[in-house]
This record gives sequence, C-alpha cells and structure tokens, in this order.
Amino acid sequence: MSHIIIITILSLGVLALLAAIILYFIAQKFKVYEDPRIDEIQAILPGANCGGCGFAGCRAFAEALVRAESFDGLNCPPGGADVMAEAARLLGKEAPEVDPLVAVLKCNGRPEYRPLTSFYDGVPDCRIAHSLYLGETDCSYGCLGKGDCVRACPFDAMYMNSETGLPEIIDDKCVACGNCVKACPRNLIELRKKARKDRKIYVACSNCDRGGPARRACRVACIACMKCVKVCKFDAITVENYLAYIDSFKCTLCRKCVAECPTGSILEFNFPPRKPAAEVTSQTIKVNPEV
Amino acid sequence: MKTFPLGGVHPPENKLTAGIPIRYLPIPPSVAIPVTQHIGSPSEILVKKGDMVKTGQIIAASKGFVSANIHSSVTGVVNKTDSVIDASGFRQTAVFIDTTEDEWLETIDRSSEIITEIKYSPEEIIDKCLESGIVGLGGATFPSHVKLSIPRGKRCDVLIINGVECEPYLTSDHRLMLERSEEILVGITILMKALRVTQAMIGIENNKKDAIARLTGLSGKFPGISIHGLKVKYPQGAEKQLIKALIKREVPSGRLPLDVNTVVHNVGTAFAVYEAVQKNKPLFERVVTITGKSLASPGNYFVRTGTSVRYLIEAAGGVPENTGKIISGGPMMGKAVSNADVPVVKGTSGIVLIPEEESSRSEMTPCIRCAKCVSVCPLNLEPYLLMTLSEKGEFERAVAEGITDCMECGSCSYCCPAHRPLLDYIRLGKSLAAKMARKQMVK
Repeated sequence: MSHIIIITILSLGVLALLAAIILYFIAQKFKVYEDPRIDEIQAILPGANCGGCGFAGCRAFAEALVRAESFDGLNCPPGGADVMAEAARLLGKEAPEVDPLVAVLKCNGRPEYRPLTSFYDGVPDCRIAHSLYLGETDCSYGCLGKGDCVRACPFDAMYMNSETGLPEIIDDKCVACGNCVKACPRNLIELRKKARKDRKIYVACSNCDRGGPARRACRVACIACMKCVKVCKFDAITVENYLAYIDSFKCTLCRKCVAECPTGSILEFNFPPRKPAAEVTSQTIKVNPEV
Repeated sequence: MKTFPLGGVHPPENKLTAGIPIRYLPIPPSVAIPVTQHIGSPSEILVKKGDMVKTGQIIAASKGFVSANIHSSVTGVVNKTDSVIDASGFRQTAVFIDTTEDEWLETIDRSSEIITEIKYSPEEIIDKCLESGIVGLGGATFPSHVKLSIPRGKRCDVLIINGVECEPYLTSDHRLMLERSEEILVGITILMKALRVTQAMIGIENNKKDAIARLTGLSGKFPGISIHGLKVKYPQGAEKQLIKALIKREVPSGRLPLDVNTVVHNVGTAFAVYEAVQKNKPLFERVVTITGKSLASPGNYFVRTGTSVRYLIEAAGGVPENTGKIISGGPMMGKAVSNADVPVVKGTSGIVLIPEEESSRSEMTPCIRCAKCVSVCPLNLEPYLLMTLSEKGEFERAVAEGITDCMECGSCSYCCPAHRPLLDYIRLGKSLAAKMARKQMVK
C-alpha cells in the first residue's frame, strides 16, 4: 500500500514543480508593470468614487495623478487641499492652491413666491417633467422639485425641504463633486467658491425672461434692473439674458447688492445681523412686499 | 378582417359623440394663433400690431421647405404678438387677434356646391396645398406639400387614406366621413392626381360601419378608390400599422412609407385639400371633438384655429365639477394641457375631459416580468427593458435596442399591471438619445 502513496506524492510533486516553473516563466513574460505609487495614492484618496475629479473613480484619478507632469487642473473635491498636499508630497510635486467650492441652488421659488398654475401627477423625475412642459408654475427656468439632484448626491449632502419644495444643500457635507449639477435638467445648481464661515451671496434665480413675465411667474425673480451692477464696486456682477450673476471669485461679500435688490432675488447666508437692524427690516419688507 | 399582425390593445371605445352631427362653433371674441402649428421651422410673422386682417388672410409665411403658411381664422385687428402656452405645454409665439366681424377673403368660394372636376396639374395642386398651409390633420401635422412632392428616384404606386380613428372618444374623422363624404372622395382624387397614382385605399375601423357604407356607396363615381374595413384594435391608425394591414408591406426601421412605395394621408387632410384646391379656402378651421363622460353636451364642432380650449368647453356646457384632466388629442396619445387657455391648432383632433377618478395615476410597483408590454408592442420592442435603460441613462444601449422606433402609442403603459410609467421613460430616452445623436453630428 505504502508504495502507492509514495508514488502519488512524488508524481504530484513533480507535476506541481513543473507547473510552478511554467507559471513562473509565463508570469515573467506577460508581466504588466504597474507603478506602485498608484496604490499608495489610491489609499489616501477618499474612495467615494464620486467622479468629482472628472475621472471614472478614485483608481483612475490616482493613475492620472501619477502620470501627470504637474497637478494643474487636477483636484479631488471631496478630499480637498489635505489629500492633494499629501499626494503631492508622495509624488514629489507641487499641489496648486484650489479654492474649495460648494453647491448652491439658483432658485428660490417657494410656493409663497411662485404660485402653482397646474398640478403634475406624472413620474416624480425632473427630467421627465422638464421634457413634458413648463412645470407646475409659470416659470420655465425654476426648480421642478422632483429631487433628481438629491438622488444624485453620493454624500447625503442634500435633502428635499417639504415646506419650500426645493432641495437644500448641507454645506458641511457638500464636497462639490458636481453630480447634482449634472443631474439637474434645468442647470440650476452652481458650484461657487466657499467663503469664510460658509458665508454666501448669490442670485437665487435663473429666469431669463424679461422683467414682466419673470415677475408674474415668481415674486422673487431677477428682473435685470441693473441696480446690483451699479452698486457693486468690484465688478463682480454682470447681467446677461435678463439675469444677474455674481462672480464668486470677485465678490468680497460686502452685501451692498443684497440690500439694493428690489425683488429680493439676491440671498445672503451665515452673516451676522446688520448693525442698524431697524433700517434693514424695513428694507427687507420693502424687498418682499406681501401680496 | 384586415389588421396588423403584432401586438395592440383594446381600450374601451367611449365614442360618445359618434351620432352627433358637426356644428359650427360661434366665432370667439379673440383668438391666439401660434406660428408653429406644424412639424418644421416656425413661420415668419407678416402682420404687426394694429393691422386689420380678414378671415383666410395669410398672417405668417412658411420659412424653409418643411414649414407651413398660417392664416387668420377671424376678421379683426391684430392686438399683439406675444407668447402663449400651447397644447405642447411650452411657450411659443402667437398672433393675438380681436375679432370684429366675419368677412372672408373674396377669393374663397363659400358656396356649398361640390366641384368634382379637377382642372389643375399636379404641380399646381402642390402649390395650392403649400399656399393654403395644409398639414397632416391626423395629429402629426407634417406639411402636406412635402409629402406630395416625391423626391427623384422614389416611386409611389398606392395612396393610403387613414380613416381609422383608433383613439377612444374621438369622432371628428368619423363625422367628417359621414357628412362630407363626397368632398373627401374628391380630395382623395386630387391627392391621387398630385402623386400620379391610380389607386387609393381608405382604411376605416369596423366600428364605423355607417361611414364605410356611405363611402362605399359613393366610391363608384370615383375610379381607383376602394374602401376597406379594418379590425377594431389600437393602434390601427398608426401609419406603419395601417400600411401593414392594407397592403402587407413593412416599412423598415427608420424609413418612411415612401420607401415601400406608398404615401399615407388622413381623411381630414383629404377634406382640407379639397377645400384648398377647389374652394381656395386655406386651412383655418378643423373638426374638433369635445367630449367627456361628465360633459353636459359633448359634440363635434368646426373650430377656428386659435380659439381657446376654454371657449370650446364653455360651448359644450362648461367644465364639469369632477374633471381631473383636460386632454388635447385622444386619451391614448394625447397630452393633458396645463391650462385651459391653450389655443386649438391645426393638429387638435379632440379635447377630452377625463373625470378625476379615471385620470389619476395608480401607484407604481416593481416589474413582475409578465411581458405583457412585450406582447402588446406593435413594433416588437421590449418596453420594460427600454424603460430601465433610459431610466439609468444607458442611451447608447437603448438606441441599439430600437428605442428610436417607438411611436409612443402607449399600449405598454396601458396594459402594465404594475402601473409602471413605461412610455414616460421611453419618451425621455428617445429625446435624450436624439439630442446625443445631434451632438455627435455637430462634432
């Protein structure tokens, strides 16, 4: 009996050795060289595969970083400056200063400002509502409120506000990956420069109609009156297609335009209350006259 | 009984107005006439604020080959040109006219005498269709002169006339075939002459036996025209399905009926062609069915284009309490209007008021893979798959699966036991796939 066992072990052992030798040479022959730094870089990336960098996932971005001559134009929005600095240190390159961004919704069409003109009971999908008609209000530019952007957010940084019917962005969680920007069929979400203490000033309107129709559709619509352009000392505001736009890289957050806007379409967030409080309240009431 | 071989559904017919003769709707105090009432480029407005226009006068001229002239439907003063929300749900430019009286252009023959003798050459007929702004009245509103001008190298041997009217509720074509039978037959003869064909076939669904009998009785006087009863099945009136049923030819994917040597026109178009050629009357009014289960007095009306739907509903007894949706077109392929002030246009075949309890959507549940949508699709597509692909944004695969062939008949959504919005997503996929293709072409 025992010789059978010995023969078996020997023959199998020889076979295994032969196979190992063949495999060794094949592996040498077809070896794919991969830069070990790719794995290192991938390990420090957030691993969310959000696509905010413009590449198909973190691995592809890591490869791009290793290949890149310089880091210009390459940025990991969820990782931010820390991750980019770490990657630059590992690869011995210079990470350019990139301003962190945050998403804002350029529409403030709450039901009290923007009256409903019809009722939509179709599929709760913004793309479908947008392809069918103007929407439930008379504004053909504003938010449809079906939540495509919220579903697109991989970081749970958005939710639908049931009172306003508009999506809300949680600044702390938003990494500016841009998925919501792509998801919105009406291009209402913009990535703007993140300011100190999350302060924000922007035109919360995207209506490109003339003043009259825009105002009829929504009380807080931009009517392109040019008042904000005149009051801005930093050339940060431009009006195009009957719509004002504040460049977040030029804006110094002086808040002059907010007080000047007659329809209240310029919003400010996270600012301390203004000093002459009484005056401002009276102005705010003028800005949003109760109809 | 002839029909198409694949798929199809049997929605309740609800032809409430089949027995009600066509009446003339009183002329409204003002009209809003959109400058795009057809497929193709918008027409160019020729009038300005304060101009006096007569009924039948041209107010917007066709721009480009695939476009159509627009004529004033009333006599009055141009009030303004402004945007109006039309039945498509979007804003577009329209000419607003305040009516004064009803004075028609002198060139229009208003007598009721039927002129059977055709004294025009094919080229003159096509020119008259172009001048009169004739478009396909079956719903797609494709300019008729384009369909009548056969390009070099193409050949047409039979003209098919669509009198199927397979949409539930609608009866405008049915009544027209009964009341204007001889005019329609003359119109068909004119179309035959323009296309230089000797044979025309009228397809009519078998639920309109009176129309079949009346047209068959009269057709003896008109050589080459034959009338065919078709099985009652939706979408029998779709162009490709009608061709398959009548002459057993299959239009290949992405091709036109002309590729199988035929042209399809609607009976309403045949009547409009008769009026344009024999009576010099441009297309500024059409038969519209106004119907609904709770409507006080549903009926069929000759309605001037630009009349608001609200005015039409008032004439039929006002909006009933329980109305959930007002649909422009038939209930299967029509579209709910967002606003009752939308104007009636050349393509409006009917206005259907659906009660609340019938109009609301049922809750969507997961697909149970019953394949009902596959078996009812007349184009042999897989709607459940196309829906998922366009929902997930896989448009390239959706195109490979034939999403662009879908004619949006809605049979899949109609029969789905899980109430899945199949057509909604397929339509979205179609439009985004077309956009993608256009972008690639630009590149």
